[in-house]
Amino acid sequence: MSALIRPGEVLDNRWIEIADDADLPASGQVILSWARWLSLDGQIPTGDLQIGLRLPNTLDVVAHASQLQSHPLLVLDFPSFADGRAYSQARLLKARLGYRGELRAAGQAVVRDQLQSLQNCGFDSYQLRGDQDPALCIGAFADFSASYQPNLLAMRKRLRPGSHAPLAQ
Amino acid sequence: MYRYDQYDQTLVDERVIQFRDQTRRYLAGELPADEFRALRLRNGLYVQRFAPMLRIAIPYGLLSSRQLRMLGHIARTYDKHYGHFTTRQNIQFNWPALERVPDILADLASVQMHAIQTSGNCIRNVTSDHLAGVAADELLDPRPYCELTRQWATFHPEFNWLPRKFKIAFSAAGGDRAAIRVHDIGVQIVRNDAGELGYTIYVGGGLGRTPIIGPMVREFLPEADLLSYFEAVLRVYNRLGRRDNIYKARIKILVKETGLAAFRQMVEAEWEQIKDSELRLQPGDLDAMRARFDTFDYDPSAASDTSFDAHLAADSAFAAWARRNLQPHRVAGYKVAFVSLKAQGIAPGDMTDTQMDAVAELADRYAFGEVRVTHDQNLVLADVRQGDLYPLWQSLRDLGLATPNIGLLTDLICCPGLDFCSLANAGSIGVAQDIFDLFDNLDDQHDIGPIKVKMSGCMNGCGHHSVGHIGILGVDKKGEEWYQVTLGGSAENDASLGDRTGPSFSRDEIAPAVQKIIDVYLRMRNSEDETFLACYRRIGMAPFKAELYATEAA
Repeated sequence: MSALIRPGEVLDNRWIEIADDADLPASGQVILSWARWLSLDGQIPTGDLQIGLRLPNTLDVVAHASQLQSHPLLVLDFPSFADGRAYSQARLLKARLGYRGELRAAGQAVVRDQLQSLQNCGFDSYQLRGDQDPALCIGAFADFSASYQPNLLAMRKRLRPGSHAPLAQ
Repeated sequence: MYRYDQYDQTLVDERVIQFRDQTRRYLAGELPADEFRALRLRNGLYVQRFAPMLRIAIPYGLLSSRQLRMLGHIARTYDKHYGHFTTRQNIQFNWPALERVPDILADLASVQMHAIQTSGNCIRNVTSDHLAGVAADELLDPRPYCELTRQWATFHPEFNWLPRKFKIAFSAAGGDRAAIRVHDIGVQIVRNDAGELGYTIYVGGGLGRTPIIGPMVREFLPEADLLSYFEAVLRVYNRLGRRDNIYKARIKILVKETGLAAFRQMVEAEWEQIKDSELRLQPGDLDAMRARFDTFDYDPSAASDTSFDAHLAADSAFAAWARRNLQPHRVAGYKVAFVSLKAQGIAPGDMTDTQMDAVAELADRYAFGEVRVTHDQNLVLADVRQGDLYPLWQSLRDLGLATPNIGLLTDLICCPGLDFCSLANAGSIGVAQDIFDLFDNLDDQHDIGPIKVKMSGCMNGCGHHSVGHIGILGVDKKGEEWYQVTLGGSAENDASLGDRTGPSFSRDEIAPAVQKIIDVYLRMRNSEDETFLACYRRIGMAPFKAELYATEAA
């Protein structure tokens, strides 16, 4: 099982992935696929069960916002190293929809070299790809000490007179 | 020049450290080759036929003399004493060792340069008009808008893993010299009827396998909304662009398959949600950016010089150069001087380390220490006093950089082709040389007049063949190099795609075919003022076809 991290620490993963054909437990914290969630059609066992969702990266999160907001965990999927669709899903969930739960990145792109971009798009936790060294990865959120994005406030401040002087060339 | 502040500098310095570590991990076997590939491409590093190729960004084509000297140093220290300027205002080095690329990037960072996002499926170097700031037909200087866009696009966390590459170009002039209609986003800075500044936005132009002239997505976007609109376009593309087929992954295919109206609706709907966010430019943002660019103290007495006219009258070689390689400047007594990188025996766009050092010196002496790169693969010294033009020309002539052919037939665009590129199907540099040999006579070239010949060694179209007045495309036929010809393309205001003449030509036939095309034009034009493009558009393909394929029919 791969490690779950956030900046500076390795986390205990209390969430259990439930296969689409497995029975739901009566309690605990489980992650269901989006397809499984849809198939439940609102028939959720009453009790202590907390349900997180794993979303396909093709899902229009804005169109399904009402079904997503109440879940305490959303897992966004990176099916390959170079497929960046879930970056946009993350920004829409956090910046547009104000999602307050835990946003977790999982899949082939959750590697040392993409962690800081993932963080800048609003992810809270990272299910590392199996080959990744968690000890190295928890420190990989500081490759860059600054960023031009996601908003222009930093740029605006530094462009104003008296803030940051141009360097000699 | 835009000058970095500590913030900009820190980012490029940290990028060097990051890439040095990625290279180390790759060489140590800790980073899989396909992942290192994606990461190195975002630092401009390809692995080509013979060696890695490093593409360095020259944002909107602007270089200081110090930066040009550094490029000369890189050519000398890490490469075989030359570099190749590209059609997107970048420079490529064809022979660096992979292990030394981090050192090259560190050298570049020391002069406020980088290779960030010059390749890979991300937002590429922002390009613009090489006459920005000095052109007479310009509404305003587009470069502060370009720099703002560069910063917005640099390491944008959401848009670093797009379906495919993404290119943005700006023009603020009446004449489009930045080929904005063949970019993923083309921006024309305009003033509307109410006198407000804003942009006309074209999305989904591009060359390559499926060349498309970009359709207009928004006629007038207010000035403050530039970055939010970019973000809306990119978000729609990142979410919905095709990833199942590399040849259908550019935004042009999304626009085409979605339909322009529906695509526009999606972008506008997304933009509505973010147009009032922090991305909205505030009064003063652009002024602050403008203030970060150097301004020049022009010599008020420059126009009183009489030596320029005297030299024109006395020296016909100088006069020939002045006729082709100079353009008017907004300030009286100044001219824009082109440095031709199209000389006989030289691959178009190539420049040696010695030439780079020498041109940097000339820029310091005559042009406020500034050099521009054109999308036609030449250089420009944009602010030269007319009294300095004669000694400038003498120096350029001695350097082999004064071929008086700007805008003429031998000022052709050409990709590196099969000689260097692992994608190419056919050579292009050799064909360029054959064409140069055929049309070496300058009087003949002047007689032919303005014409854009563009050549690519494969259908990826780095040489922009689809929009050449005469376009040449190298294709592979059973292991042999053949060449398809198109006529009537244009990347300017009247942008259009060229029409195929018919069956392709062999390596031996291609230069003579260009000769035949020119012969037809010279015979059929209704006056010397009718350009090749105008003539083709009037008379159509038939006369050219008849001439080109006459022997086959017989």
